[in-house]
Amino acid sequence: MYPEFMHDSLKKVEATRARRIELERSGKNVFPPMSAEEREDVLKKFHPDYKADSRRTIRVGPNKGEVLTTEVADMLESHTRIGAAMFDLSSPDYETDLLIVGGGGAGCAAAIVGREHGTKSIISTKLRLGDANSMMSQGGMQAAVTAKDSPTIHYLDALGGGHFDNKADLVRALTEDGPEVVKWLEDLGVVWDKNPDGSMYVLHGGGTSRKRMHSCRDYTGAIIMRTLMDEVRNHPDDIQILEFMPTIELFLDEKGRCAGGVLYNLETEEYFTVKAKAVIIATGGYGRLHIRGFDTTNHYGATGDGLVMAYRAGANLLYMDSVQYHPTGASFPEQIAGFLITEKIRGAGGQPLNKSGELFVWPREPRDVESAAFIRECLERQNGIQTPSGRWGVWLDSPVIEVIQGAGYINKNFPAMYRQFIRYNIDITKEPMLVYPSLHYQNGGVEINDRCETNVKGLYVAGEASGGVHGRNRLMGNSVLDYNVFGRRAGRYAAEYARTAVLGKLSLDHLTAYEEELQKAGIVTDRIAPVLLPSYTPEEVKKRQFTAHYEGTLR
Amino acid sequence: MSATKANVKKDAKAKPAKKEPDKAMATVYIMGKAYRVPADATIMGAIEYAGYQIKRGAGCREGFCGACATVYRLPGDYKIYTGMACMTLVQDGMYLSQIPAIPAQRPVYDLSELKANVQTFQKLYPEIFRCVACNTCTKACPQELEVMDYIQAAKRGDVEKVMDLSFDCLSCGLCAIRCPAEIVHYNVGILGRRLFGRYLRKNSDHLDKRIAEVKDKKFDREYKEMMKMSKDELKKKYYARDNE
Repeated sequence: MYPEFMHDSLKKVEATRARRIELERSGKNVFPPMSAEEREDVLKKFHPDYKADSRRTIRVGPNKGEVLTTEVADMLESHTRIGAAMFDLSSPDYETDLLIVGGGGAGCAAAIVGREHGTKSIISTKLRLGDANSMMSQGGMQAAVTAKDSPTIHYLDALGGGHFDNKADLVRALTEDGPEVVKWLEDLGVVWDKNPDGSMYVLHGGGTSRKRMHSCRDYTGAIIMRTLMDEVRNHPDDIQILEFMPTIELFLDEKGRCAGGVLYNLETEEYFTVKAKAVIIATGGYGRLHIRGFDTTNHYGATGDGLVMAYRAGANLLYMDSVQYHPTGASFPEQIAGFLITEKIRGAGGQPLNKSGELFVWPREPRDVESAAFIRECLERQNGIQTPSGRWGVWLDSPVIEVIQGAGYINKNFPAMYRQFIRYNIDITKEPMLVYPSLHYQNGGVEINDRCETNVKGLYVAGEASGGVHGRNRLMGNSVLDYNVFGRRAGRYAAEYARTAVLGKLSLDHLTAYEEELQKAGIVTDRIAPVLLPSYTPEEVKKRQFTAHYEGTLR
Repeated sequence: MSATKANVKKDAKAKPAKKEPDKAMATVYIMGKAYRVPADATIMGAIEYAGYQIKRGAGCREGFCGACATVYRLPGDYKIYTGMACMTLVQDGMYLSQIPAIPAQRPVYDLSELKANVQTFQKLYPEIFRCVACNTCTKACPQELEVMDYIQAAKRGDVEKVMDLSFDCLSCGLCAIRCPAEIVHYNVGILGRRLFGRYLRKNSDHLDKRIAEVKDKKFDREYKEMMKMSKDELKKKYYARDNE
């Protein structure tokens, strides 16, 4: 239920609704889309990436001298949890073909396809299998399958969204594999939304010029992720799942080839060694680093672990100066602040409005532009609504959808969103939601090619942990596609490589070298990474933990 | 819900008047032990406020992953309640315990060899025929799904209904631990959805056509042209494109 002081503004939203529905039905744009210059202007002035202290120069490692997101640079300039001398590297605890780091969408897809190419794998995952941002995607997956669309139009849309910084070979792989991924998932048992004649039900997303958003109600990620997990579990002889056992560092051999990793049992606090012919990093993103203090839409485990492991092993990072804020994170009620409100809401006709109930931006700009426009409306123009806890928000009018698409549409297509709000007595079929940008996605990551190879032999990366495919801004629906396309490719190419790979002796010397580099650069810090879990323990509690020992954020 | 502040203005004008301390806080019993926590916290927020660092029992924190299944009782009430810790608000006097994992078996199967009929359910999950229709699973479901109805549908081989009714399932397992017939409902739901997706879906002919076009390299030339273009050429093409 919205507090009384918001009721005047809500009345204004209601008052303009009929006019806005007319506008939507006219087929014209409900608000003029921005030109290239307008986009640039609003980004420079209002996108959090452009704030003075949002980036700094990294002083060590393969990207030394480059300007990265401050929190990422901090994480990379940190100590390892282990020392090379702790382990007997002559007799590893496990041996396998592929060590897959991360049990989300990319990791599971890689394990399934790797197995089809004859390899056995271990999935090392920090929490449970499927505990990943993949599980949480709501709105959908892009793929160009309709007659009006083509993979090359999808290609151009993705490039424009990413400010033309995307790596061309990766975008081609993403968009050209798309249709096949739709079918592959369907054959694995994913239930896509369809029209009565069997054709795919598709919607727009921000930055798409064709309708190509495929969905499973608003549980798209949950349905895909659970299907992939279920399939992984059908092959216990070939795929071993180690839950609550994150990989925390990688092994190289004497020739610098990636050769496995060190795993940490979060519960017994033991370390284990895994020798593997190839490693696939599929650890996802970093929302739980709470960059610039933002709330996040991300999973509890999204702490960017793969980045720091790969970096210490010598892998290049790409576009780690760019952060994605999802325009529509929840702003009210406080209990769900930062939670994702799917872009599919706008794809289905939902409209962002200011406190006077007026449109101020085209609802389907690319995410960075849309977010910057929301921030401008609140902070510069003072046309936002402030919540009792002081958060800003603009309205996202959902009741228009019930009129445009027909009564009952929200309950059928947005059951998760409906549930999210009705718990707090907000009925989104009748009232709008209050939204503000929320930290959502790691646009960059470990640089890969279209075979998911990195500059470290034997090290493959797929999904959000990788960088290049989305340039400096990802479009909605391209991450679900990304983890499927590149998860599958990583599984295939790593398996082909593993078939003939012969490894030398395991080594952690690169960790020692990295520590020396930190020291040489004069970096004095108590930071430890991988971060593994965020800390939400109140300071008052920490003050009393007289004998507690923290390794980074982990007690 | 996290302890972050980017979207919080420090000198917020709309800050509410200070609440009476006894109303702002509530007492909850976490695994039997009393803690004072903010009265408007979620169960997950309360557990963290009390000083726990959660390892098992937190996942997506937004109601999708099913990691934070919780059971609780309220003062003066004999009933057992269930909920997801991330989505359920505390109440004064609540006795709660999270369930770190649900013990459940799951048969291994080859989807390509299964048929979308009742025999498949019989073979893989014979225990569903022990269902006594008590409806406890439905009452335990934090998503308010008609769990018993989809188990009954599975018993009839109505795969589409199993798919439809179980679609929003989080696999939290609260149904399974409450079931007197010891059924693992959520696994039955996943099987039903996969059977439907694979065997009972309506085929999308345009999808098959597009896949064939890609295989025939239909877009190859266009890709190559665009991959050669400069940023400025691409920009021009992008801003000139038409919208569906």
